[in-house]
Amino acid sequence: MAPNARSAAKRTGSRRAGAVMLFVGTRKGAFTLRADAARRRWQIGGPHFLGQIVNHLVLDPRDGRTLLCAARAGHLGPTVFRSRDFGHSWREAARPPAFPKAAPGEKGLSVGHVFWLQPGHASQPGVWYAGTSPQGLFRSEDGGDTWEGVAGFNAHPMRTQWVGGEQEAPPDGATLHSINIDPREPRHLYIGMSIGGAFESTDGGRDWRPLNRDCAADFIPGPAPEYGHDVHCMRLHPLRPERLYQQNHCGIYRMERPEGRWQRIGKAMPKKIGDIGFPLVLHPRDPDTVWVFPMDGGTVWPRVSVGGKPAAYVTRDAGKTWQRQDKGLPERQAWFTVKRQAMCADARDPVGVYFGTTSGELWASRTEGARWACLARHLPHIYSVEAAALGG
Amino acid sequence: MRIVVPSQLRDYTGGAGVVEAEGGSLGALLADLDRRYPGMRFRMIDEQEAIRRHIKIFVNREQAVRLDLPLGEEDEIVIVGALSGG
Repeated sequence: MAPNARSAAKRTGSRRAGAVMLFVGTRKGAFTLRADAARRRWQIGGPHFLGQIVNHLVLDPRDGRTLLCAARAGHLGPTVFRSRDFGHSWREAARPPAFPKAAPGEKGLSVGHVFWLQPGHASQPGVWYAGTSPQGLFRSEDGGDTWEGVAGFNAHPMRTQWVGGEQEAPPDGATLHSINIDPREPRHLYIGMSIGGAFESTDGGRDWRPLNRDCAADFIPGPAPEYGHDVHCMRLHPLRPERLYQQNHCGIYRMERPEGRWQRIGKAMPKKIGDIGFPLVLHPRDPDTVWVFPMDGGTVWPRVSVGGKPAAYVTRDAGKTWQRQDKGLPERQAWFTVKRQAMCADARDPVGVYFGTTSGELWASRTEGARWACLARHLPHIYSVEAAALGG
Repeated sequence: MRIVVPSQLRDYTGGAGVVEAEGGSLGALLADLDRRYPGMRFRMIDEQEAIRRHIKIFVNREQAVRLDLPLGEEDEIVIVGALSGG
């Protein structure tokens, strides 16, 4: 066991057992990987929904058997598939996320794809949230069968200014993602948008306010803007919900509430690596531990592993210092990207950390990033990886 | 009315490449198709009533662009999934 993993085990004082399952969404379908209790042997399953673009495949931690899958196909519009029996059978949502039909003469919004799926608060079984492209927030109260727009955001008088016009959209479309629910209060919601920034609602989504103070947006000229930022991934730690972390287009940040200022903890990253990336992963039991996967954000933004040498970076002191984790990863000429939903952690001790690449490789570490091993190659372009415990 | 269904939508029709539906307009026909094969319409038509970019619907070999296009009982409808990229 790596020194860091040993100290993690010592901190928690327990070792959790049980199998781990990974749910992998790709550009050409979904896959599953099931580990044995030691997480040494993995069995791959799938493809499921072959040919469909699967942005997110998420297990409901509240019942351990409901799965939702955000899918579209090259020719077909977006939808949500749902399984109540851990993927043995699937049904399509009776009413997938869709914006209201516009009044005659007005231009309405159309969901291009469902990007992010988020199970609701533990006290609200059956409630799910979805974030879409373009930026829309949707809610289901029946386990994902029917979806309604959260009008407090989608029809907010400021929404158009918050998200900007079509020119502000990233190449794959502007998205609403990083839906975080305060475990202490189900009406307290956070969202992240690319483009738009971080936002907060304290009334269950009826009203929203920007939460971007001291977060850089170097693509917007002039003084510090209130909104319009590019959140890549934002996470609230369930054990310390007054703390938020964010991987932004312009660096890595931490916020302590209720103050509400972003502190650029990415400044402590090595200068030659920088603090640009897509994903950000929390340790399930230690709010000071976070993983990121830096990419090249220089010149024309290649968005690949810096120098062709991929590495995760971990902080165990809430961003004061960072350590490189590249043992087992390719040492040169590896030019992949890890997207914002394609890196995650399990709840075992030591924590397993996982990431999928745009080149279709799935990597895992049973030692909190101290050493990596490749679980699968030659998968399609990986969009998302989610880990779930299967009991133990 | 006879409707030719592309491979991309045959999960909805139980694998059938040709199905029957009724309607006095293209919109009514698609609504009837959705009653028979739930979910199928939204994969072709967005919430603003636009035919999706990579779906084409031909009525008697003419491409339809509006859902209020009147239809007759003898019209032949061909739905095509086309040119969506790699």
